[in-house]
Amino acid sequence: MVGKSEASKHCIGELCGEITDFSRLPSYGAARPPGLSSIMGGCGIAGCMDLNGGKIRGDKIARMLSIMSERENGLGSGYVAYGLFPDHKDEYCLQFFFDNEESMFAVEECLKKRGEITRDECVYTTNHTDIPLPHPMVWRYFFVPKSSSNPKYKDPDQCIVDLVMNINFSIHGAFCISSGKDMAVFKGNGFSYQIADYYDLSRYKAQMWCSHSRFPTNTPGWWAGAHPISLLDWSVCHNGEITSYGVNRKFVEMNGYKCTLLTDSEVITYTWDILVRKHGLPLQVAAFAMAPMYYRDMELMNDHNRQLAQQLRITYKEAFLNGPFSILVGRSRPEITMLAMADRKKLRPLIIGHNEDDGMIYAASEECAIRIADNDAYTWVTNPGNPMIARVGEGIIRYGTERPFEGAFNEQ
Amino acid sequence: MNSDMWKVPDRFRPVISSLCITCKKCIKECSYDVLEFNNGAIHAKHGCVACQRCVEMCPQDAIEIQRVPETMAPHGTYTERHRRAILSQANSGGVLLSSCGTDIPYNSIFDDLLLDAAQVTNPAIDPLRETVETKTYLGSRNGSLRLSSEGSFAVKPGCGIMMDMPVMLGHVSLGAVSYNTQKALFMAARRLNILAGTGEGGLHRDFREFAPHLNSEVASGRFGVNPDFLKDVASIEIKIGQGAKPGHGGHLPGEKVSDLISETRMIPLGTDALSPYPHHDIYSIEDLEQLIATLKEAVNYEHPVGVKIAAVHNIAAIASGAVRAGADFITLDGFRGGTGSTPRIIRDHAGIPIEAAVAVVDKRLTEEGLRNRVTLCAGGSIRSSADMIKMIALGADVVGVCTAALIAMGCRLCQSCHLGKCSWGIATQKPDLVSRMDPELGATRVVRLLSAWNEELKEILGAMGIDSVESLVGNRDRLRYIGPNPRIADIMGIKHAGEGWG
Amino acid sequence: MMSMSSNMINSALAASETVIDATGKDQYGRPIDYKIVNNEIRRAVSEGVKNITLTGVMGQRYIATAVDKKINISINGTPGNNLGAFMDGPFIEVFGNAQDMTGNTMSSGEIIVHGNAWDVTGLSMRGGKIFVKGNTGTRVGIHMKEFGQMSPHIVIGGRAGDYLGEYMAGGVILVLGENIPKQISPVGLSIGSGIHGGRIFIRGKVNANQLGVGAKLETVNDDDLKLINELIKEYESWFGSSSSEGDFVKVVPFSSRPFRGHFDSTPI
Repeated sequence: MVGKSEASKHCIGELCGEITDFSRLPSYGAARPPGLSSIMGGCGIAGCMDLNGGKIRGDKIARMLSIMSERENGLGSGYVAYGLFPDHKDEYCLQFFFDNEESMFAVEECLKKRGEITRDECVYTTNHTDIPLPHPMVWRYFFVPKSSSNPKYKDPDQCIVDLVMNINFSIHGAFCISSGKDMAVFKGNGFSYQIADYYDLSRYKAQMWCSHSRFPTNTPGWWAGAHPISLLDWSVCHNGEITSYGVNRKFVEMNGYKCTLLTDSEVITYTWDILVRKHGLPLQVAAFAMAPMYYRDMELMNDHNRQLAQQLRITYKEAFLNGPFSILVGRSRPEITMLAMADRKKLRPLIIGHNEDDGMIYAASEECAIRIADNDAYTWVTNPGNPMIARVGEGIIRYGTERPFEGAFNEQ
Repeated sequence: MNSDMWKVPDRFRPVISSLCITCKKCIKECSYDVLEFNNGAIHAKHGCVACQRCVEMCPQDAIEIQRVPETMAPHGTYTERHRRAILSQANSGGVLLSSCGTDIPYNSIFDDLLLDAAQVTNPAIDPLRETVETKTYLGSRNGSLRLSSEGSFAVKPGCGIMMDMPVMLGHVSLGAVSYNTQKALFMAARRLNILAGTGEGGLHRDFREFAPHLNSEVASGRFGVNPDFLKDVASIEIKIGQGAKPGHGGHLPGEKVSDLISETRMIPLGTDALSPYPHHDIYSIEDLEQLIATLKEAVNYEHPVGVKIAAVHNIAAIASGAVRAGADFITLDGFRGGTGSTPRIIRDHAGIPIEAAVAVVDKRLTEEGLRNRVTLCAGGSIRSSADMIKMIALGADVVGVCTAALIAMGCRLCQSCHLGKCSWGIATQKPDLVSRMDPELGATRVVRLLSAWNEELKEILGAMGIDSVESLVGNRDRLRYIGPNPRIADIMGIKHAGEGWG
Repeated sequence: MMSMSSNMINSALAASETVIDATGKDQYGRPIDYKIVNNEIRRAVSEGVKNITLTGVMGQRYIATAVDKKINISINGTPGNNLGAFMDGPFIEVFGNAQDMTGNTMSSGEIIVHGNAWDVTGLSMRGGKIFVKGNTGTRVGIHMKEFGQMSPHIVIGGRAGDYLGEYMAGGVILVLGENIPKQISPVGLSIGSGIHGGRIFIRGKVNANQLGVGAKLETVNDDDLKLINELIKEYESWFGSSSSEGDFVKVVPFSSRPFRGHFDSTPI
């Protein structure tokens, strides 16, 4: 475990020593900078997981990500770790960026109203960094929502979603960057190696890591806007530009989500949550809805699959992510799972690697990211729009080269 | 000069050049009786509507239609148009009639919009070599797809049909247009695998074969509406209003109610065919719900039932109400939409532009969480593929095209449909004129036009880095406004040119 | 600042041979920058070195870009994107997997990959040859073209993804489908979409619905077989014997101007 209470005190002391007056902080960490609404660009992604459930130290993923130095320009990078808090597995781990104490108090008040904070701590960050100031305060809460008689909040997940949406939308200077169980996001406005050093990732061990380095094209970086973009236990690392963003945003808004980051990657995260958690679609079926097959090719499917494929396209046409992308999606339930896929024209790179001997699975934008971690892994590329899915304890569920819906349902 | 009926000056005049061989074909072709032969030459009389039939048919290319120069003293307020109208009404004491969409050059919002294109951050797609899809669904949708653990549908999905492009041929009724014209449109729809509107005049028995490609209209006159017809067609559309004449019914004069029309509309030969202004079973939104439910019951929920509304001031709320009343699709018709006959006062001065209507309806339905349950169709003045594409980006799933298709078939927009003497055999019931329309040729020309538009749609989608048309629907982020009125852009939710993503 | 590691040039070797060691790290622990590696290559080339060995390559991009001398470069490790881009002459051998855009717009020379080469390999090649022992990714051999004596060739031992030979205007792609079960096609969808020149030979199953716009299937003729056999012989000289089972199909353009009827030039 990290972030013991002594460390927390020490950490806040340091922060206070550096910037005594919180109110003087420019709105650059959690509060959205004025004029910024959307971030697009070409990026690097990397992920690794131990199919046997063993723990991977954070410096390994940092090494994988940083090697793709041509894919970032220092305006954002981040990591997400799964299987991080075995002692707090049943509590939601909420991590926040705060620009000032007021926003922190406001958030804590809000949390106390909606449930119980079982533990809170400062997330370790180093002072010795060349990431330009200011840096937001990063705080972690383990949280259990109150059971509610309101049928809408019977589901604690929904309670968390609404809480996060409300805080991010309405509390100025506060931003919830991760809100899942047994996982946490570490991100910020710097190069991949700077962010890894800033949070000292080598002190964390996790069963799965996903990561992202950013090359934003037309907007300044922003701490909370860095990837992974996370909600509940979902995390998305996204390389690409969604040309259908206006349509996808409508989809998530119609389903009750507020776009607070206004990046195309944000809508991808929410879309996963809608399709899988709310609508109960299997992962690969949800992936099909986001990167569907051409109608022409559906004609070659059997009746059952064709009807399913057509209805998925019709029903979820607003969830269809058009334009080039490759994404890494992480989830901790029911078991820690990684999904990696590219768009249906395969306009962004994605390589998968697997080492049968030690049960490691890798996914990255470039082969070198896999090679630096493992010289012996077998590598392959997924088919356009076709997801690779791997799960701790179960192994590789899909290689990303199978036919659609293969193995998605009990009987087929 | 008749003492109380004064001259209203002609606007057009055929001019015959020395190339004329006096074959007199033009005289036969002119259904407005403008041309005559005397003293060994062809001469023009009064009454030319600029239908261009003689020009097209002259084997010598010897005819040119010229605009008669303004002969009245110029006046910036009382334009010649106004003075002509005043003179004419002083002659007749009547309500001015016209046809086709309004000819007043209102500022077009389409012309103030520019589309986006991909550069660097996402690759453009070449539609000639890579797949760009234009298949479009029309019908109802559930907000989600619930599956059983075996992968079968736990909840029955919505009902609807797939079309090969996001276009529906607009409603022109048999009566407003000729048998051959409607046949040509239906043939074109079948070949393009899209839908054609039947108009409000019912479906002739010969046209039953086209039923799977027809969107049948249930209008206030209920002409030709019967259960077996409804069960045959692809979709059913309750017509509340028409863009060219919102708040107005229809009136097909008895002279036009021929055997064929009488049989199709199921009314006696030679009587006026009247469509009441409102549906007299719909005086409120609950009543609309009743009619929608009745029709759904009638077709056993196997065909989508939609509602067509003219774009009027409170359109967003009305459309939302129609969706809540159970409409599977909504068709919006803009104020510039076409008609076979309408009072000018309504055509030229009532309603709102379809561009604004589509954007606000799409926005409203999204805000209310209804947009993913319904298909939004919009038409009225789609002059080109550019308009069609902008309409989609503004929020329409399906775009209604009608006047352009009629132009492809011969119509020259002379706005004389209400006279029933269409020289191209389109808006007429006179057998000799009707026979001028060759359904095969008409269908071929419409298919060519819309196929070209579909290719242009793919070109622009590819340029935007989008490979399927559904990803453009309501994607107003990909539009920029360059017009004089920033307020309308704000209302429509469109940024100005020069503004980036932020 | 990044500094070149002192052991990079092994000066003990003869002047015509140079070893460039790329295993160094920068201050952040990342592999050394491609600029340093490429500077060394350029320097060695200008000094007349004929054989260059790169060791410990880890994702460095643009290796041997635009080198226009007939030299030998052997690469141990994983070269990054755009290996041998615009090159005109060198012979490159990769012991490992290559990344994306290998041989981008190359004019002459050869690239031998003893492993896989991923997406967009051989983009817009004008001449020379690429041999890949293993599999390739999406969009391999796009817009290869030929002119006069120049004709590019790509030989793939394993499989190729979608859009193989898209926009192809000349040259030859050969897919051998080694180690791929007979019932599975060694190529993806949209093969030769927009092809208007050149030939693609595939050993194994290819359905008509895998073809792209403007492409058609043909049976191979004697001339084709002669060329195929020559290329297989060359392939075997690099990678050892291949399985000789299975017939070849040929994908060729419908027309050298497949989209002529697409446009209307009437002045409006």
